[in-house]
Amino acid sequence: MYRRLLIAVPYLWLLLLFLVPFGIVLKISLSDLALARPPYLPQIDVSKGWEGFANFLSGLDFENYVWLTGDDLYWKAYLSSLRIAAISTVLTLLVGYPLAYGMARAPREWQPTLVMLVILPFWTSFLIRVYAWIGILSTEGYLNQFLMSVGIIDIPLKILNTNTAVYIGIVYTYLPFMVLPIYAALERLDGSLLEAAEDLGSSRAGAFWLITWPLSRPGVVAGCFLVFIPVIGEFVIPSLLGGSGTLMIGKVLWEEFFSNRDWPVASAVAIVLLLILVIPIVLFQRNEDRAREAER
Amino acid sequence: MSQPVFAPWEVPEAEPLIRFESVSKTFGEFTAIDALSLDIFEREFFALLGPSGCGKTTMMRILAGFEAPTSGRILLDGQDIAPVPPNKRAVNMMFQSYALFPHLSVWDNIAFGLRREGMARDLLAARVDEMLRLTRLEKFARRKPHQISGGQKQRVALARSLAKAPKLLLLDEPLGALDKKLRQETQFELMDIQEKTGTTFVIVTHDQEEAMTVASRVAVMDEGKLIQVDTPDRIYEAPNSVYVADFIGNVNIIQCVVSPDDEDSRVRLEWGDGRTPLWAQGEFGAGRRLSLAIRPEKIQVSRRKPDGVANAVYGEIVDIAYLGNISTFHVRLRDGKMLKAQIANTRRISRRSFSWEDHVWLSWSDTAGILLER
Repeated sequence: MYRRLLIAVPYLWLLLLFLVPFGIVLKISLSDLALARPPYLPQIDVSKGWEGFANFLSGLDFENYVWLTGDDLYWKAYLSSLRIAAISTVLTLLVGYPLAYGMARAPREWQPTLVMLVILPFWTSFLIRVYAWIGILSTEGYLNQFLMSVGIIDIPLKILNTNTAVYIGIVYTYLPFMVLPIYAALERLDGSLLEAAEDLGSSRAGAFWLITWPLSRPGVVAGCFLVFIPVIGEFVIPSLLGGSGTLMIGKVLWEEFFSNRDWPVASAVAIVLLLILVIPIVLFQRNEDRAREAER
Repeated sequence: MSQPVFAPWEVPEAEPLIRFESVSKTFGEFTAIDALSLDIFEREFFALLGPSGCGKTTMMRILAGFEAPTSGRILLDGQDIAPVPPNKRAVNMMFQSYALFPHLSVWDNIAFGLRREGMARDLLAARVDEMLRLTRLEKFARRKPHQISGGQKQRVALARSLAKAPKLLLLDEPLGALDKKLRQETQFELMDIQEKTGTTFVIVTHDQEEAMTVASRVAVMDEGKLIQVDTPDRIYEAPNSVYVADFIGNVNIIQCVVSPDDEDSRVRLEWGDGRTPLWAQGEFGAGRRLSLAIRPEKIQVSRRKPDGVANAVYGEIVDIAYLGNISTFHVRLRDGKMLKAQIANTRRISRRSFSWEDHVWLSWSDTAGILLER
């Protein structure tokens, strides 16, 4: 009885904070835009009982989803989001792996401090940190001032409001999500495995590719998903650092909701985004399961 | 027909496989190995024995190439191995933790070293299968390390380190993680495999029984120095110091002084006021302070004072350690000195002749003990 109660807690949590909101969004996505409050139809008329519910059901349709296929803005935004997410995941991995590797090889007594330093940025608001990048990357920003004073460039670089700025922002923001799982995998690695590999005739570099890399792969995969999945729906970074050319689905979603006040279409965009995300999330879960199994 | 005795260390012109020439290794202030010289010969099963921190593991890591000696030279087949990195040495190591690659199957673990050599595919498969047969692992070839038992892991580690047919195999506490019964079985398996492959084995252990069982020669180490290097029976019967006598097996140590009236090749030993002097083999000048070491199993226990023995002392049994096959009696002499005597339990326990608080005579011959100067 007690155990069941314990298991019920996460299910209740999921039901209240995921399934119910999802149901509401799904319902809105099947409704029609209306000049009303809330701005869509149909509504359930509780006073009419069953008939009201039947009327409500007959009012739902897939019009908004059809609409999404009609305008190429949407699928371009989805594709562009996926592309930006993929590229920034690779960039974050390229920066994060050496960082995690260095941390794991650092003297034991240093490691807690290094982990702390990786987490430290979270102590400041995410928004403020992204704003700070505007100050660094803008035409008159610190980066351009520095580069010009050193004499590397004569004309300021245009970085802010381009995709480059978005990539910088994403790599900076999501780096801890990449570094920590990789560090966790590398830190567990038994040093005698590398000695054994060397003893059996492989070079230092060979030992890395044959032992360290495959054994850290669960960490790498976890880190990649932890970056890739939220970046697809990222809104703040592209809207603050990106330009008019930066097309991401998070921005489209925001505009549908707040500029156009078209809740039904915005909900449909959100549902499709969720469907797209299900694939990497399932893959991520499988990776986690496999990693757990390998540990036993 | 008797087999020729394997004892290359007694042949003066024999070339050693490994030669340590006053090798030292220091870590900061700490001296792990102190000007150590040693020869190890081909086909030997050589055991480095000592308490933890005595430098035995450091010696092994120097041989494998993971540490460089601070001074001195190590020759393998007459070649200085200092400039040879670990991955180029004809030396393989079996790690204490086994260090099996968890993402590779048993088969691939064994093939790892051969692949690095770039061995042809069919030769490689044949060699791996041979190793699997040698270690009786054929059935587990496709398993991952986490799917096999501790004893099987130990055999995979052995097979993997033997696969490249090294000139020298280093075994770092190879049986440390196994339970006692399995360890004893595996000891014989190790000796068998060593004989079959003809590889020179150097084993590091802190378990004296293990060292005595498997090794052709044992080196007893303490604080970075070799105390004694000898065959197991010499180490046991003729230790060169109290440290070795005490480290290997059970021993009674009696402090004594050589008295002036000695006989031929025999000395009389004073070992306390009022005690009957003892006799032991040896030639030492009068007044020398020595330690007499006697193994408990070389002491007889009897109710009546035996006739015609060189040494007999009287005491009371205060403790009996019953180990099944043998019993150790702790006997207190009249002035409080404790001696241990061991008797094989050839009779059933109900018919045991001695019990607690019995007064008995302990006796031993003048050849039973050994006189030690340090």
